[in-house]
Amino acid sequence: MSPERPPPAAEGLPAPDGLPARVLEFGEELRREGVAVGTSELLDAFAVLREIEWTAQEDFREALAATLAKSQEDRRVFELVFERFFFRAVELAAAREGVREEDRAILDELTEEELEALRAEIAAAIRDGAEGTMRDLARMAIAAFARRQEGSGVIGVDVQRIRRALGLRAEPQPDLPPEDPRHDGLPREALRRFEALLRRELERSQIERTGNLPPARPLGELDRALPSGPLADLAAVHRVVAQLRRRLATQGMQMRGHRRHAQVDVRRTMRASLQTGGVPVELKFRPRRPKRPEIYVLCDVSTSVTSASVFFLSVLHALHDTFRKMRSFVFIERISEVTDIFEHERNFKTVSERIGSDAGVADISGYTDYGRVWSEFLVQVEDDLHPRATVIVLGDARTNGRDPRADIFAQIAAHAGRTFWLNPEPRLYWNYGDSVIAAYEQYCTAFECWTTAQLEDFVRALTRPVVSA
Amino acid sequence: MSVSPSAAPGASPAPGSVQEVASGLRSVGYLPGESTALVSFLATKLGKPVLVEGPAGVGKTELAKALASFLGRELVRLQCYEGLDEAKALYEWNYRKQLLRIQAEASGTGWDAVQEDIFGEEFLLARPLMSAIASEQPVVLLIDEIDKTDQEFEAMLLEVLSDFQISIPELGRVESRTHPIVLLTSNNSRELTEALKRRCLYLWLDYPELEHELEIVRLHAPDLRETVARRLVEVIGMVRALDLKKPPSIAESIDWARALLLLGAEEIDSETFNETMSVIVKHRADMDVVAERVGLKLGAPAATGPGGATGPAPPDPVAPHVA
Repeated sequence: MSPERPPPAAEGLPAPDGLPARVLEFGEELRREGVAVGTSELLDAFAVLREIEWTAQEDFREALAATLAKSQEDRRVFELVFERFFFRAVELAAAREGVREEDRAILDELTEEELEALRAEIAAAIRDGAEGTMRDLARMAIAAFARRQEGSGVIGVDVQRIRRALGLRAEPQPDLPPEDPRHDGLPREALRRFEALLRRELERSQIERTGNLPPARPLGELDRALPSGPLADLAAVHRVVAQLRRRLATQGMQMRGHRRHAQVDVRRTMRASLQTGGVPVELKFRPRRPKRPEIYVLCDVSTSVTSASVFFLSVLHALHDTFRKMRSFVFIERISEVTDIFEHERNFKTVSERIGSDAGVADISGYTDYGRVWSEFLVQVEDDLHPRATVIVLGDARTNGRDPRADIFAQIAAHAGRTFWLNPEPRLYWNYGDSVIAAYEQYCTAFECWTTAQLEDFVRALTRPVVSA
Repeated sequence: MSVSPSAAPGASPAPGSVQEVASGLRSVGYLPGESTALVSFLATKLGKPVLVEGPAGVGKTELAKALASFLGRELVRLQCYEGLDEAKALYEWNYRKQLLRIQAEASGTGWDAVQEDIFGEEFLLARPLMSAIASEQPVVLLIDEIDKTDQEFEAMLLEVLSDFQISIPELGRVESRTHPIVLLTSNNSRELTEALKRRCLYLWLDYPELEHELEIVRLHAPDLRETVARRLVEVIGMVRALDLKKPPSIAESIDWARALLLLGAEEIDSETFNETMSVIVKHRADMDVVAERVGLKLGAPAATGPGGATGPAPPDPVAPHVA
């Protein structure tokens, strides 16, 4: 077993007087990741650090977080950056000072029984979520498996190899004996943490071997992307959408500021004047109600967007609660109106099931046929479209080699006031392969939409008051 | 909007360490998480407002109350709502009194004399923000659900929060004599402005972890059996993991614990659960989901030993009286 490590924050920083520089660097790094850290935030951070012991890791982190990360999303980025930044700072210092750990060689060839015992021990630690034990066991596991010469040199691959060799899975494994912690499956969250620890330890030993740090990798968009896995993350997606729904509901509020054309509500003014003996001291105005746009949504539910369509459907569901005048369509090869389903079903799960079973949008191949979708849509709604209508398309614009028929799409866009396209793919992949988004983009405003921030951008655009040309 | 009387007479001195705050909050019945204690400590030290965000029912408002009673300060509360304006938050002239005054003085006195009179402190109705600032004793100011107001109001708050002063055109500037501790809570239904966030420390309160919640439940329902309490918290965790319209809050776990205590439940089986579920789940659609996904997992009462039968039976004599 390895000696107890002091927490990284206390270990890597050369001296307390080096701390301000580190904190500034850290702020700089947060800025690079898009967290708005202003000078006043940094000043606050320093003020806070005067009040607490900077050697207590938890306090140190919480204090910095309270001053630097001011929303939940920022907090998430903060955690990631904090881990990375101080891990690197520690390792850099260790590499400079030539500190090496000598305890890696203690594990000789493990017998099969010992290995089995290690497996059980790790599984138990994961089940109990014991962080310290998990960290120690992660090091043991790496040492044990390094002996077997299975290392690929790529950290991500090694992590998965070790996990598989340990037989750690979130799903229940009924063929194991019932007293084994793995029998009922391991908690997903703890398993993820164990993997992170493995990764961390592998990185550490790699740095120790090579004696210098690999270049810092900026946080990928993927690290903060919307959770897109099936069922397990559905709740998370829905929470984001619920927030969105509340925001949509309060969107009109900015309009209140513009009182210039406010109308005096005579009845309420008279009523209020009773308080002041019949003198209308206070004028009451009629509230301004922002005009709700009329919305048509077309949602792709084909297999190429499966992961995104759960998300899309829940966005659709949220929109339905907010905009009364709204018609929804789903499509693959044909188009089908699902407005009714959304109106009568309050439960999101039933909605998605019913769309799966009743909509009948797949014909033969199950591949999206945009050309046909546009023409069917145009036939169905041409008479209803008018300049105040908004059309939103949710799809990846992958035609599977079929004719995109951008000309029909142009007609739709011409009839409607505004046309938006939400693409679940990163902009990098647009127009690559069979994606023909460029053909449509000239007639509409296209958004990439796979993080909450992007979704909010879109909502802002959608709820902006319509300026009639 | 109300001014509640302070719990303890005489303000206690500012706490010296995070541990002191943590144990102080504990002593008044609020079990803080690690970051909660830390941020509260920093707020008392630095005198900066704290923006507290998190889902409904995790104890955001309770934190302010607990801080107030721990520090022996008065709690001044401003509940925000859509359309809240300065007259309701800062101060208002007492029109009626002013009118009466004018009428009483009707003849003989010149305008100047009356004007001097009617714009005095006597005719000023202090609203929560004003009374928090003008208070002789330091207070805890709670601005609840700031996200419900509009942006103009937020802008007005900036002056109050950064300089702790209010300008009244007729009277001049009212500056704070003492430094209030300010807590703003938000359910995150609207993005708050950068300017406001910049002035605050940020605290995100989430549903507590299992052990922490168990402690909270045990504190509020001390007579509930340990095993039942643990099971209860586990079940609440399971319910929260589902995709519900309104996941149960901490207050609801406590209510449920008290309900079970009243019923004298020895065990949470599917029958007890289905009968008392309405305490924690408050939506028709949610109830179906929860009954299906959680209720069935709990096992039938017959299979869980002889003491399991509860339901509509008369309350167990062991169960103490809970008000």
